[in-house]
Order: sequence, then structure tokens, then C-alpha cells
Amino acid sequence: MKRAIIGALGVAAGGVAVARWLASRRVPAAFEDEATRWLGVTVNRSQDEIMPGGRVPEPLAELDAEVRVNRAPGGRGTELYARPREHVPTGATAVLSRIRGDDPRQAVRVALREAKCVAETGEVLRPDAPIGTTRPTLPGKVLDAALRRAPGEGRL
Amino acid sequence: MKAVCWQGVNELSVEQVPDPEILNDQDAIVKVTASTTCGSDLHLLGGYIPAMRAGDVIGHEFLGEIVEVGPEVSRHRPGDRVVVCSIIGCGRCRPCVDGMWSLCENSNPKPGLTELMWGGSTAGIFGYSHAMGGFRGSHAEYIRVPFADYNAFTVPDGVDDMDALFASDAAPTGWMGADLGGVRPGDVVAVWGCGGVGQMAARAAMLLGAERVIAIDRYPERLAMTARHVGCEVVDYTSTDVNAELRERTGGRGPDVCIEAVGLEAEGTGPQRIYDGIKQRLRLEQDRPIAVREAIHACRKGGSVFVLGVFAGFVDKFPLGALMNKGLTLRGAQQHGQRYIPHLLDLIARGELKTSHLATHTMTLDDGPRGYDMFKRKKDGCVRAVFRPWI
Ligand SMILES: NC(=O)c1ccc[n+]([C@@H]2O[C@H](COP(=O)([O-])OP(=O)(O)OC[C@H]3O[C@@H](n4cnc5c(N)ncnc54)[C@H](O)[C@@H]3O)[C@@H](O)[C@H]2O)c1
Ligand SMILES: [Zn+2]
Ligand SMILES: [Zn+2]
Repeated sequence: MKRAIIGALGVAAGGVAVARWLASRRVPAAFEDEATRWLGVTVNRSQDEIMPGGRVPEPLAELDAEVRVNRAPGGRGTELYARPREHVPTGATAVLSRIRGDDPRQAVRVALREAKCVAETGEVLRPDAPIGTTRPTLPGKVLDAALRRAPGEGRL
Repeated sequence: MKAVCWQGVNELSVEQVPDPEILNDQDAIVKVTASTTCGSDLHLLGGYIPAMRAGDVIGHEFLGEIVEVGPEVSRHRPGDRVVVCSIIGCGRCRPCVDGMWSLCENSNPKPGLTELMWGGSTAGIFGYSHAMGGFRGSHAEYIRVPFADYNAFTVPDGVDDMDALFASDAAPTGWMGADLGGVRPGDVVAVWGCGGVGQMAARAAMLLGAERVIAIDRYPERLAMTARHVGCEVVDYTSTDVNAELRERTGGRGPDVCIEAVGLEAEGTGPQRIYDGIKQRLRLEQDRPIAVREAIHACRKGGSVFVLGVFAGFVDKFPLGALMNKGLTLRGAQQHGQRYIPHLLDLIARGELKTSHLATHTMTLDDGPRGYDMFKRKKDGCVRAVFRPWI
């Protein structure tokens, strides 16, 4: 019994120590360049094919975004970059707006991916529609919300 | 139409779902005539692959007849008998052009989840979760095939349905393991797993010139089938010390190329299996890499290990020290089928590659849940249950 109490105290003390240590870590609010970072895709096409006459490709052209291109090294095609012109949330605010789906970078990611798909294959591939037998469960709803964001998320 | 749907962990049902439609100009609709279970589906059923929704149609290894094509499909027309690669490629992005089709950058419309998980996404895969694009699977009467010119392959006359079927997934997967694992004439190759994929990897190694091929499993009927139809040596890991056996069969060197065709639900004997089992249950480890560890340990110095088995997340006790100090090369991939399928169909037509023996059980779509139960528990010697919706 005594041992168990000592054991439990030990665990508790350990827990407190870990919590203190964690609290003492400085959590960076945001990386300084988060708001200005360019998002990019590499397109297996020449610069002229992607931006004929310097025209920004659809659907990127519809966004309020800065766009630039350069040749990719090693014959890999063209690097196509964009970033929103409007204010980009950073740090904890960014997490919330990403969950809500109103982070402007999400629209830019979708547009970059679609522009790449059109330039390389001629069309934007559409996913299969969800089917009716799907039961609306709670984990299913969380997953659906995450999937709705998936085209605008990721590593770009 | 009728389809086999995932309803939750270890729960399948047969449902009426809407017929697929052409959504893109490069789509085709295929009437599925044969669709097989694959070890990868067991990982979906077991709940190890994220982003499955209740109601999702599963199945990805299939054969059928084209019944409708979009206006931009030029290489196929209705009536073509086709085998379709389980992994969807666009054929024009850099990875596709380089032959790394499962890394296609245009065929997965929902890349965000896997990019966050892995730092990069895979191609779209039929019936393999929303992380891989959310495409409906092939255990159904009909299926939509995107980029049909690149993903559907006409089956030569004279090649049987049941042979061509496995050119969709098991055969190209096995071939990729031997090819990208670097099998060269004269090599000794060991293959972990004698399911459809392991058997195909063993046969590929032989066709690429390996002098000795040794396949490892525990099920006597699978070992016997591999010895008979593939024609290689076999080892039962429950009655033999695999490492010692491989050293003895290779003059103490170990195999030149080790191909793992087991995946994240590997079994094992002894404490390792108990350890991984407990950690997986407690969610402290996602995948059980028992065969991968053994392959790395057994491989000869400077040799190569190819991971064909599917893994989803993190593993524990990964022998990085052995890998580094023995100078090994480790690779893995979802299969790049499109680069191998025409050649494989040719080998099948010439009788050099046998595949139909894998179809141990043939049944209707209504038997989907029963077929998976047999396949999962390896009942009645089941190696693959094949569903034939129209028979
Ligand atoms: N890379 C790809 O693109 C791709 C394609 C298809 C399948 N796969 C994967 O390949 C793996 C095999 O597929 P399958 O259809 O042959 O599955 P399967 O379940 O029919 O076969 C797996 C075999 O591995 C054996 N096994 C389990 N533990 C073992 C161990 N420790 N040592 C040796 N053998 C062991 C089992 O007894 C079984 O016979 C699965 O993980 C599947 O997801 C990958
Ligand atoms: Zn498969
Ligand atoms: Zn591609």
C-alpha cells in the first residue's frame, strides 16, 4: 500500500516536472516569414505553356494573389509560385482559420494544384461523389470536415 | 448497382449504390467482370488506414469491359476487355513520365491529409480511403476509371480473365519489388510472405535471373502453392530460424535482395510479436514491422531491402544501426503498375508468368463479406477471393 502511494506520488511529481518543463519552453508564436512565404508547385511544362503571353493561368487568375514563375532546375519544367495579397493569419489564429476554411492560403493551394493539373493533363480531376449509404456518424462528420479542407491543405 | 462497402472496422456490407458517371473527359466507365481481395484491403478492414468513411466502396484489383468513354479518351472504346492498374496515374506529371506512377501529382484530389502525414502524397488509389483520393472501389458492378488512356490496358486475346486480373496489382507489385530492389542475374533473393504479392515477387526475381529464390511464410498450403506454381524454395518461419536458415543457404552471406511482402499486420513467433501486438493495441505503435526487421537483419552486407507491404505510420524498434553499418539500401513504394503491365500481360500470354492459381475462391458480389472473412482468416486455403459480379 505504502509502495503504491509512493509510486503514485512519484508519478505525480514526474508529471508536475514535465508540465513545468513544457511551460518553460518558449512556444514560437509564428515563424517570422510565415505570412509572406510563397507557395509553389512544379509543373512539367515550359513557362510559355503555363503563362502564354505572361497571362496568369486559371483559376489562379481569379484570386487576389501575387504570382511568379521560374524555370525549374534540371529540366524539371517550371516552378509556379503564388501567395495571397490579403492579410495572412499566423500562429494560433492561422490554426483556427485553417479549421474554419477561411485561410486565404487554402484557396491559393487549391488554385495552384488545379492550374498544374490543367497545364499537365488538360483538365482538373474531379473526385467521386460521396454515396448515399454513408451513415452520418460523429467521427464521419469530423472526417468530412477535414476532407473538405484537404484540397487546400498540405505541404505547399 | 450493387457494391461491397466498408461500414466500420471489420464490418462490410453489400449495398445498392448509384451507378458511376463520367465526371471528366478522360474518364471511362468499366463494367467489372472480376475483382479480387488484396492484402491491402485487410489493413483497411483492420482500421489501420486513415480516412475511410462508412459506406465507401472497396476493391482495387480488377478487370472488366469498357462500356462508356469520355470525349478525350482515344486509346479505348466500348467493348475493350481491359485490366486496370489499381493506382491511378495521369501519365504526364514528372513522376508519371519517370515511371514512378504511384507518386502521380494529379490523380489524388485530396492530397492535403497525406502531405501533412508524410510530407508528400501518393497517387489516387481505387477504393483505398479518402487519403488516397476517395475513389470508389471495384467490388461493384461498374467503376469510373479516370485518365483511362493511361490506366486501362487492353488484354490480349488468348489471355484468360483469371490470369489478366492479377496484372492489375499483385503481379506488378511483385515485379516492382524485384526490379527496383535491384535483382540481378545470379542473385539470391529472399521474399517474406507467400500471399499473392509475395508469390509474384518471387516469380519476378526468378524471371529477372536470380539464381536462388527463397520464400517465407507460415501457412503450409501457401508454401506448397509457392513451391509448385512459382517453383522456388520455401521456408516455414514457425518451424525454422529464418536468419540461420538463410545464412546456411547462402554460404553465410545472406540474401542479396530481400523483398518484404507482408505489411503492417505481420505475424511472428516469440516475444517480438507480443511486444508489437501490445504496443499496437495501446496505439503506441501504428504498424508491426516484424518482417521488415528480419529482412534488414538477414540481408547481406551491401544488399538491398524492398518494402512492398503497406505501412501507414510509425514503427518501433527500427534497426537503423543494422541498416547503416551494413551499408544497406532500403526502398519501398506503392506499385508503379503502368510501367510493367504491358510486359506482364506479354509474359502471361507466353506462359512464363502464372497467376490464375492465386484465385482460390470465386464468388458473387453478394458473398463479399464472406469472401473477406475467408481471406482474412486464411480459411479453406484461401489466397485470394475473386468476385464476379455478372456470373
Ligand atoms: N506496394 C504496393 O503497391 C502493394 C500492392 C498490393 C499489396 N501490397 C501489400 O503487400 C502485402 C501482401 O499482400 P498480399 O495480398 O500478398 O497479402 P496476404 O495477406 O495474402 O499475404 C501476406 C502473407 O504474409 C505472411 N506473413 C505474415 N507475417 C509474416 C512474417 N513475419 N514472415 C513471413 N511471412 C509473414 C502471411 O502468413 C501471409 O501469407 C500487404 O501488406 C499489402 O498491403 C502492397
Ligand atoms: Zn492491392
Ligand atoms: Zn501523374
